[in-house]
Amino acid sequence: MITTQDIQQKTIADLFEQYPFLPGFFEENTLEVDGQINEKLDDFLNILDDEEEKENRAMDKAQVMESMVEYISQMLAFLGEDEDEGVNSITLLPGTNKSGEKEQFEELTINKSEIVCIVGPTGSGKSRLLADIEWVAQNDTPTSRTILVNGEKGDKKWRVTSGHKLVAQLSQNMNFVMDLSVYEFIELHAQSRLVENVEGVINKIFEQANNLAGEKFSLDTPITSLSGGQSRALMIADTAILSKSPIILIDEIENAGIDRKKALELLVGEEKIVLMATHDPILALMGDRRIVIKNGGIHKVIDTSGDEQNLLSELERMDNVIQNMRTRLRHGEIIRQEDIGF
Amino acid sequence: MNLVTVSGPPSSGKTAVILKTIDSFQKRGLEVGVVKFDCLYTDDDILYEKAGVKVKKGLSGSLCPDHYFVSNIEEVTQWGIKEGLDILITESAGLCNRCSPYVKSVTAVCVIDNLSGINTPKKIGPMLKSADIVIITKGDIVSQAEREVFASRVNTVNPGASIMHVNGLTGQGAYELSTLLYDEKVEVKTLVGEKLRFSMPSALCSYCLGETRIGESYQMGNVRKIDMEDKKKKS
Repeated sequence: MITTQDIQQKTIADLFEQYPFLPGFFEENTLEVDGQINEKLDDFLNILDDEEEKENRAMDKAQVMESMVEYISQMLAFLGEDEDEGVNSITLLPGTNKSGEKEQFEELTINKSEIVCIVGPTGSGKSRLLADIEWVAQNDTPTSRTILVNGEKGDKKWRVTSGHKLVAQLSQNMNFVMDLSVYEFIELHAQSRLVENVEGVINKIFEQANNLAGEKFSLDTPITSLSGGQSRALMIADTAILSKSPIILIDEIENAGIDRKKALELLVGEEKIVLMATHDPILALMGDRRIVIKNGGIHKVIDTSGDEQNLLSELERMDNVIQNMRTRLRHGEIIRQEDIGF
Repeated sequence: MNLVTVSGPPSSGKTAVILKTIDSFQKRGLEVGVVKFDCLYTDDDILYEKAGVKVKKGLSGSLCPDHYFVSNIEEVTQWGIKEGLDILITESAGLCNRCSPYVKSVTAVCVIDNLSGINTPKKIGPMLKSADIVIITKGDIVSQAEREVFASRVNTVNPGASIMHVNGLTGQGAYELSTLLYDEKVEVKTLVGEKLRFSMPSALCSYCLGETRIGESYQMGNVRKIDMEDKKKKS
C-alpha cells in the first residue's frame, strides 16, 4: 500500500518514470509541470498552499496529495491483476417474483463463451434481472436473488469501482457523441484502459468492425458520420476486444448493415458471457438457452432444442433473401420473383 | 434523520435520479423530503410533490446559489427534523463549476452526464472532486467505450469516490444508489459548527453590487484582468 511519505520526497520526473500512468492524473487535474519536472512533488504542490492559488484553482495540497496516493494505489492494483482473476462463470440463485413466489429454477450457471437470451414482455422484469447481475445481488435487492461469480459470493468491488464493471451494455439507442475519427476513438479507449500495444489493438478492432459491417469504413472516418450498422459494428468490436467487463448485455441488434452472426461469434470468441434481450427469432435461436421472465421473476429456462436449431438454418435462409434484396435495391437493381427463391 | 446533498451541472439529470431513488426509499417505507435550490426559477417542486414527498424550494435570486445554500442549510435541516423525515435530500445546481455545497459530515453526491464531453471532469472543481458518490447519467444513449472513458476520467479526478451509472428515465441503478444513501444508524440533529469541504470565496467587485456600466473607472474591489500580452517565446 502506497502512502504520502512514499511519494512526496521524490521528483516528478522520477514519479513519472516509476508510474507511467501518472502524467494522465496531472493532466486531468490541470497541474502543469512544464519546467518543474525535476522538483520534488512536495515542493511542486506547495503552490497550492498559497491562499490565492488555492482559491483560484479550487484545490488544496492535502486533497491533491491524498487523491494522487489513492489513484496510484488503484492503478497498481489494476495493472497487477492476473488473467486467472477473470470471470469464468456467473450463477443465479432464485429469488421471488412480484407476487412473492419462488422463481421457477434451482440454480442457473452461465459460463464464458455462452449466449443466453432473455425473453418476456415489456415490464416483466428483464431490466431488474440485468440490474441484479450488474450489482452482484446478494439477497439484498427487491427480487432477493443472489448472484455468484465463479461459484462464489461476489466481491463488492464490482459494484462501484469504475475499472471493475461486471457488465458492458450495447443497445439500439446508443450513439457516438465525440468528435473523433475511428482511429482517435479507439486510441482514446485503449489509452484509458492502459493497453500496451495500442497500435495493434486499433488495427484488430478496425479489422473486426469492418468484417461485421455491411459497408466498409476507414480509420479516418469521423465516428459521428458512421451509419447505424457501421456504428454498431464498431461498438461491438470495440466492446469485445477492449472492454474489461466479462459480461456483455445486448439489447436487440437491428437487422441492418451488420452481420449479427459474426458479431456474436466475435463476442463468444473473446470469451465473453453474452446476455441478449431479444425477440428476434434468429438471434434467440442462436442462444444456447433462453430465460423466460414473467411477473418479475424467472418463469422457466429453455434449452435451445435440436429441432429449433434446425429451424435456425431455414430462418437464416429467409433472412438472406431479404438481405440480398436490400443489396440489390442499394445498387439500383430490380427485385424479381426468383430473388425470393421459395 | 439522514441528510444527503446532491449537486451537479444544470440538466445533468439530478431531479430524475432523485425521483427514481425516492421511489426505492418509499418502497422501504421511509419518509422522504426534498429541498430544491435554484437560481431564478424551478418547477421541480411540483414533480416532487407528485411523487408524494414533502418539498421546499429556495431561489437564490441575485445571490450566488452556493452561498445561499450554506446560509440556509441549517434551517433546512431543522425543517426536515420537524417534519419527521427519515431522509432529507437537498438538490442544488452547480452553476459556475467553482464552488460546491458539500458539508464534511454529509453524504455528497455529484450527478454528471455522459453527453457533457470527456473534458468536463477536468473543468469541474470541488463539486466533482470532493463528492463521495459520483452518478453518471445518460449512459443509455452513448457507446460503451465512451461510458468507460468518461468514467475513467471521473475516477482520475476523484479516485476516492464510488462511481455509479444511473438511468434517470428507466431508473436502472436507482435502487442500488438508494442503498448507499440511507443508513439507519446515522442521525443528523444540527449542522451548526460543521464545515464545508471547500471554501467558497466571494470576490466582491462593483458588478456584484449592481454596476452595469463598462470601463475601468467603474471597476472597484476585487478586479482581475486577462493577460492579453502574447506569451514571450522562451529563448
